[in-house]
This record gives sequence, structure tokens and C-alpha cells, in this order.
Amino acid sequence: MFLKEYIKDVYKGVTSLLKGMRKTGYYFFHTKEIITEQYPDNRATLKLAERFRGEVVMLHDENNEHACTGCTACELACPNGTIKVITKFDVTPEGKKKKAVDTFVYHLELCTMCNLCVEACPTGAISMAQNFEHSVYDRSKLTKRLNKPGSKVREGVE
Amino acid sequence: MMFSLEGITKTIQDWLFSSFSPTVALLIECAIIILLAIALFAVLGLVLVLMERKVAAHIQIRLGPNRVGPGGMFQTVADTIKLIMKEGLTPDMADKFLFNLAPFIVMIVAMLLLAPIAFAKNFQIWDINIGVLYVSAISSLSVIGILMAGWASNNKYSLLGAMRSGAQIVSYELSAGLAILSVVVLTGSLQISDIIESQKDGWWLFKGHIPVIIAFVIFLIAVTAETNRAPFDLAEAESELTAGFHTEYSGMRFAFFFLAEYINIFIVCAIGATLFLGGWMPLHIGNWESFNHLMDYIPSSVWFMGKTFFLIFLIMWFRWTFPRLRVDQLLNLEWKYLLPISLFNILLVTLIAIMGWHF
Repeated sequence: MFLKEYIKDVYKGVTSLLKGMRKTGYYFFHTKEIITEQYPDNRATLKLAERFRGEVVMLHDENNEHACTGCTACELACPNGTIKVITKFDVTPEGKKKKAVDTFVYHLELCTMCNLCVEACPTGAISMAQNFEHSVYDRSKLTKRLNKPGSKVREGVE
Repeated sequence: MMFSLEGITKTIQDWLFSSFSPTVALLIECAIIILLAIALFAVLGLVLVLMERKVAAHIQIRLGPNRVGPGGMFQTVADTIKLIMKEGLTPDMADKFLFNLAPFIVMIVAMLLLAPIAFAKNFQIWDINIGVLYVSAISSLSVIGILMAGWASNNKYSLLGAMRSGAQIVSYELSAGLAILSVVVLTGSLQISDIIESQKDGWWLFKGHIPVIIAFVIFLIAVTAETNRAPFDLAEAESELTAGFHTEYSGMRFAFFFLAEYINIFIVCAIGATLFLGGWMPLHIGNWESFNHLMDYIPSSVWFMGKTFFLIFLIMWFRWTFPRLRVDQLLNLEWKYLLPISLFNILLVTLIAIMGWHF
């Protein structure tokens, strides 16, 4: 029946509008929900979102060991050539040659923080850090070596 | 005696008429009123723009302006100074006369609308006996200013925005008028002071049952559309038409359009408060003498401003919640929903008025 449909339409419209107003009204009266960060002023207490991605880092433990085996999966996964893994061959005590990372080169200036390298890494050696203050006066400083000097791959990581 | 605007105006008038001849006194009074109106415009523009930005920010989980002055209080003052110093460009191929005239027309219409509004008890510029009719007649003039601006700019966006604005105001005036009529029917008078007087034992929103509540909702929707505010802002629809009818305006002439928008919001909210929420009349409930007397201690100007700003907040809340309507949806809403409902509603209100079913 036409009139029934009509009244139903009005009812549906009004209730859906009120639902929206309820949500925005909740935000208006609950000032603690405000997510604005007054950045340069609150540098010490800055709260970043959990999923915010600032730069790629390689994780090192206290023995200066990382989990990178030099497999170059990250390099292949990177869409714009941000990562260059230079590999070398270590000789194990048994006299076998084993591939290892020599220098993990990371071009921050090319990186789009897409997270594909982190997802591609089979051993979880790299991850995304939240540091975002990357400004430098010389862009060559943006080319970084991620494995620390003297570091080696952790025992048992294949 | 409490502070009251009534006393101040009476003292000034008595002093003027005792010191000067009636003609001169009248002229001086006119000058005072003009000054007051301009001052009100300036203050309202600053306050309402700041309020809008703060409301918008909090609704969107932001802080809003907070750098200029305590809590960003002087942000709009800074903006106004910037706008005053900016160059007011006139496009080369524009119709220069109409282009420069349009912002003033819009402003003058907003100023004319101030006349019948009762800001406090016996504090009214002109208590004309057709007050409500005057308001609805004058408010439709603002579309002329908008059309003029759109046409004279010689810009496709301006023209499209102005045409949309025309279609919108012409359609929504009907339901706004019918919503206003329902209160006029109950009161039996078009005079603003009579309408307020009739609400001294309760506001029409409460006295008039559900039909008046429906009329109030329709009034709110229609005036939101008439003032070209979101969700009915397709006259300026910045994502489609850059800024609609005021695309080509800059500097102070742009500020006039901007200011007129906010003044118009204030005026329609003041009218809404007068018709449905009792204007300056304090919250009175029937025969509860002590309660009514207690409410009278709050000055009438505070009541008026409180109600008006509550309605303004409601309209801002609409703006930052609802998405913009398409032009076909806009006309559907008016002609298929608001108009039939308000026509039926006014029948109900008339029935209530004739049978005396209201409180």
C-alpha cells in the first residue's frame, strides 16, 4: 500500500539521520576522544597510531645479532628499488660456504612505507619503526646501512 | 531592579524626546539603531564563525582554532583583518555594477530582517503588525542578491550555483511558510509581540502537541535549505562548483557574503525561537506560579540568546553530520515529503486551534 510505504520511508529516513547525529553528538560532547596531536609542543608525549610507519629498520638483539640471512626477498618485493642487499659468502666451521648479508642498503628517500619488504621477509629481520623526523640538509644522508657494523646473523636462523 | 534592556531604551528615549524636537530625536534614534545593528553584525559574524569552526572541529574529533588568543578566541578577528587587507578583484568581463552591488543587496536584506525581531522584553526595533509576513517576504529577497552575484560574475560555476540557489529557495519557502503558518493559526496574529505573549503559559512546541513538533522539524529543515547550508549547500558545493555564486569574489566583498550567511542563520534561528520556543519568554509551565516566577529572574535577553544559539548549534550539528543532497534528491525531499506533510500538518493544527485542544 502506498501510504504505508511512504510513512515507512519517512521513518527510515528520520531514524537514519538521528543515528548519524547521535554519533557526531557523542564526539562533540566527549572531548577526550579528540585525536589532534599538537606536534612540536608535545614532542615528548607524542602518541602515534599503532600502524603508523616511519622507516624500515633491522632488528638487532643485545649480542649485535640480527635475523637477516641475505635472501634478498625484500629487495625483490620492493616496488621502487629502495632496498639493495649486498651479500657475501661466510665459511662455516664445517668448511661449507653460506650466503650472508654484507651490507643492507636502504634508500629512505625512495621509500613509500608500503610495508611490502617487511611482509616478504621470511625471518622477520626487518620491521617498520615510527620515527618520522627524517629532515636532513644532504640527501646522501638518507641512504642508510641497516645492519650494524660487526653484526652477524643469529645462530639457527635459516 | 535587575539589569534590563527595556529600562535602558526607555531612559534613552525619554532623554532624547525631552532634549530635542521629536524629528531630531527620531533621527538620532535611527542612527543609534543603525550603529547597534552594524555592531551586532560584526560581533555575530566573529562569534558565529568561531563557533562553527569549534563545533565542526569537535564533531570531527579535532581541536579547531587554538593558536590566536586563549583557546583560539581571536582567530576570526585575525581572519577579518586579513580579509579587509585583501584586494577586492572584479573580473574583466563581469557586469561591474551588478557584481559590486550584489554583496550589499545580500547584506541589506539580512539587515532588514533584523527589524521585527524581539531581542528582549520590549526591546524590538519595529513591532510591525504583520511581523511574520514581513520576515517571510523579505527573506526571499536574498535570492535576488545571490542570482545577481552569480549572473554578474560571468563564470559558469557562479551561474550554476546561483540557479541552484534559486530553485532551492523557491521550493523550500513553501514548507517554511506553512510551518510558520501553523503557529500563526494557533496564535491568531502575525505580530511578533502577540506571538510571544501567547506563549507565556508554555511554548508552542509544548502546547501544540505533535503537529507543532512536526512543524518545528519542517521549519528547521526548510530554513537550513533557505540559508544554503549543508546538507543543502549545493549552491556553493565546493567539490563541484568551487564556491558557487561567490567564486569570483575576494576580500571584503567575499566577507559580506560569508557574513550574510551567518547573519541569516542567526535570523532564521531567532524567528524559530520566537515562534516555537517563546522568544524572550522564560520557560513557563501553565499555572506553576512559583516556578514561573523563579524563571523570570533570568533576564529575557539571556533566554532569547540561549534559545537562538541552541537552534544555531542544531543547524551546525546538521551541517557537520549530513552529506550533501543531489539536486533531484533536494527537490524530491521538498515536493514529495515536506510539502505534503506540512499541508496535512497545517490541517491538523487548524483543527486543534478551532477545537481549542491546545493547552
